[in-house]
Amino acid sequence: MQLTTKQRTRVDWFLTVLRVIAFLVIGAGFLAFVAQAINSDNPFARWANPDAINLTGEQLQGLVVTGLAQGAMYGLIALGYSMVYGVLGFINFAHGEVFMVGAMTGAITSSKLAEAGYWESSFVLCLLLVVVLSMVVCTVTAVIMERVAYRPLRGKPRLIPLITSIGVSFFLQNCVLVLLGSTVKSYPDLPNWLTDKRTFLEIQGSKILVLVVAALAMAGLWYLVEKTKTGKAMRAVAEDAEIASLMGIDVNRIIVKTFAVGGAMAGVAGILWGLLFRSVVHTTGFLPGIKAFSSAVVGGIGNLGGSMAGGLTIGVAESLGPLMILEPLGVSGPSQLRDAVAFAVLIIVLLVRPSGIFGERLPSEERT
Amino acid sequence: MTETGYFPATQGATEAPAPRRRLLDQDWPKLLRAGAILAVGQVFIALSGMPVTFDRRLLIDPILSLGYLSLLWLPLVVSYWVGREQVLEGMTAYAKGGRDVLAGAMTALLGNAGLALLVVGITHFDIRDPLVNWSPQLLGILEFEESVWLGALIWPAIGAGTGALGGGLHWASSRISRTTVIVLLSVFGAAVLESVITDLTQGFHIEAVSEWLYGPKRGLTYPAAIVVAVAVVGVMTGLAAYRASPARDERAARGEGAATSGGSDTTRPAWRRMPTRRLVNLVLTVAAIVVLPLFLGRLTNELLANVGLFILLALGLNIIVGLAGILDLGYVAFFAVGGYSVAVLTSPGSPRFDPEIPWFGALFVAMLLAGLAGLFIGAPVIRMRGDYLAIVTLGFGEIIRVLLLSDWLSGTFNGAQGITNIPGVEVFGLATVRGFEPRSVLYLVLVFCAIAVYVSWRLENSRIGRAWMAIREDESVAEAMGVDTVSAKLMAFVTGAVLGSFSGAILSAKVGSVFPHSFAIIVSIVILVVVIFGGMGNIPGVIAGAVVLIGILGGPNQPGLLQEFAEYKILIYGALLVWMMIQRSEGLIPSVRRARELHIDEMNQDAWLRAQAAADDAHNGGGNRGGGRP
Repeated sequence: MQLTTKQRTRVDWFLTVLRVIAFLVIGAGFLAFVAQAINSDNPFARWANPDAINLTGEQLQGLVVTGLAQGAMYGLIALGYSMVYGVLGFINFAHGEVFMVGAMTGAITSSKLAEAGYWESSFVLCLLLVVVLSMVVCTVTAVIMERVAYRPLRGKPRLIPLITSIGVSFFLQNCVLVLLGSTVKSYPDLPNWLTDKRTFLEIQGSKILVLVVAALAMAGLWYLVEKTKTGKAMRAVAEDAEIASLMGIDVNRIIVKTFAVGGAMAGVAGILWGLLFRSVVHTTGFLPGIKAFSSAVVGGIGNLGGSMAGGLTIGVAESLGPLMILEPLGVSGPSQLRDAVAFAVLIIVLLVRPSGIFGERLPSEERT
Repeated sequence: MTETGYFPATQGATEAPAPRRRLLDQDWPKLLRAGAILAVGQVFIALSGMPVTFDRRLLIDPILSLGYLSLLWLPLVVSYWVGREQVLEGMTAYAKGGRDVLAGAMTALLGNAGLALLVVGITHFDIRDPLVNWSPQLLGILEFEESVWLGALIWPAIGAGTGALGGGLHWASSRISRTTVIVLLSVFGAAVLESVITDLTQGFHIEAVSEWLYGPKRGLTYPAAIVVAVAVVGVMTGLAAYRASPARDERAARGEGAATSGGSDTTRPAWRRMPTRRLVNLVLTVAAIVVLPLFLGRLTNELLANVGLFILLALGLNIIVGLAGILDLGYVAFFAVGGYSVAVLTSPGSPRFDPEIPWFGALFVAMLLAGLAGLFIGAPVIRMRGDYLAIVTLGFGEIIRVLLLSDWLSGTFNGAQGITNIPGVEVFGLATVRGFEPRSVLYLVLVFCAIAVYVSWRLENSRIGRAWMAIREDESVAEAMGVDTVSAKLMAFVTGAVLGSFSGAILSAKVGSVFPHSFAIIVSIVILVVVIFGGMGNIPGVIAGAVVLIGILGGPNQPGLLQEFAEYKILIYGALLVWMMIQRSEGLIPSVRRARELHIDEMNQDAWLRAQAAADDAHNGGGNRGGGRP
């Protein structure tokens, strides 16, 4: 027993050192950034990176807004991870690919609509149509996925559905590759009133649109989960599936609905990706999927409001981190490290607070 | 096809003759559902482009190409599956007969009607914009370069034929159906192994054999296919006769005796504790493996060297995933550490470290660094929940790739250009291993594989190995029993990391260059598929998995025997992973203990049923089996 305690402290010591190093690096980078912002010639700003550029307030604002828009997208994807984890207790690794399928559907339908000339003449209607279509396709994908791959594995050890979902993920990704080819599919040009910088706070209209759509989707989800009978059943199943089934809830149906809702949210997120980045390939889903999972963990897995908050946090961190922390420390080409930053955020969060900022909501037996 | 379920249905043949069903007494909903699924599957295969891409590769010279085979196998499998019925104990098993043939035929007919619709669709609509394979080439293959009507009519007919065969497998006695399946598989195997067999015959200077076997377009010739089929039937009949003969029982008894006599003595070294017969087999296998590469050509040696690299990787991952039960998705990180340390230290083309050191020195450093990487990646994640751990290790793997690729560290790793000009391996002045001599690489790989197998085998049966398995089965119980779980898990990470770095080190010497994209996350996933397919926690299983998968389909960046599959292999790996998890999560050649863990519920239920039966028997004096129980 004594030996165990000793070993534990050794690893704990190592972890503490890691945490301290992480904080020191972040703190040093941030201080150097602040020093730069105050006076770009002071020695503290120059010690690490002699030729660091100074961000203007406008650039900073732009980065924050971009981060928020991307974060809203991550938050929508994160809802799918969070809901499935809450109900079934496993990470549906393939959820990122569902998002990619949505973005793909959007790219194909919107470019068809643009070919026919409707995209420019009645943009809002077209966007609505594309969003609905993408939601439908993603919902169907998610439900089929649940039926074929996950239902036979109910009640198996948690790692087994996780491994399966990795297989599903690569299968879906390559299905899209072999069916649609490896070329980049692009969205048609957005109307001018969305791409111009608006007078309102100098923010691009498309980013406001992304935030609005995300807010609408979130509101719809909140209504579904908190105010309807289905939502109540979902929460009951997430709390305790066995008891819920004794209360007359058809657990299988609720699980299917959970996947469907998560898929629909991923479909909306896919269109947001299209609005933000304007192009999509079959590998698009992987990184946003991982980042969305990080968001779900940051916000506390199983906690829907937390997922959205976590998404916004990750989005802003990813957008500001390279320029605010790495660049002042003298790392060259910091924006190449964006993805590494996103993973680093996940690792740091799990090291510092594995149950997330807002606390996780899981069935009692999952909390181990 | 043999029964693959873990608990095969009991055959009720010894009791009263099974009742028959009429021809049209079908399970219609099931049939329609299977037909619809098959139709979707067939259309998907057609639109994925497999028929077009594979059409160049002939299997049986004039009549069958791999492209057409890609459209034939699914009806066979689905129609077989339709006829499968789980017979619970105590329920009536119906006799198989013409009804099952009809069921299979109708299912596959419905399914291939999907293809017929596709033929009509391609001729009338053009949606090639999103669907890249909605093409005239596909149409040409589907209608046999004839007319639309032929195409639309012949596919359902073909479906009915294959379906009847698939359904008929149930009707035939198990021996006939097994023989049929094995004959089909071995003809397929002989056609696929074309390059290896040609290579072998050249090595033994009997080119005439392969020239007779294979036509000019790499397929088996017509008569050769028949000869292979007949030979397989002959061998199987012979084997069956041998199994039935009393001589074998005698020998088996003797073998058993040898096994028990050498079993329990722990004072002797491990290899001497093995039964004599197994030892002889082992020595013969090793001798064959050592001698065989001398007779093989470049191509096969290259292929085997790739397989060997993946065996090394898979054995390393097997320690982490299979023995300790830690799902590490970032295993490629250790592969990268091995590859890049050797590259940086030995290549004159690397931007840093000018005094180049020999490969073995670099290997030592690589092992050290990989061990350290194992500690550094392992320590933070060791306490996490299993699934969080998986994602975080995946993150570490991706971080390492991003760092290798970045401008920031390009002073050491040269960014996207990678490091080239890596010299070969000087083996103590005796020989040089270089990439353009695949045979030498193969021998190097074999030596390291042997080391890895020995290490894994000894570790598995050691104190730490038992600790790993205890952790895998139940961590808290293991801890309560006094296992130091944290350091045992770290040990697994470090050991796996070192084995993975071997593979990386050999890869950089073999290829002569390393690039960040060779260490993408998909490498981890393929290694995981190999381990799971072969059988987690079982050394022969893992080796078999690597040989079958990497040998036939190829690794993420390495071609396999079926080079045509290049675009489709990740698709197939993904589907295979899902299928294995659902149908047979313990793998092809399962480790007994692992299978027991995965099927614990069924085992418990089984034990309970057996106990109930025993209790019933005790009450009723042994009569009335099968009644009254669910």
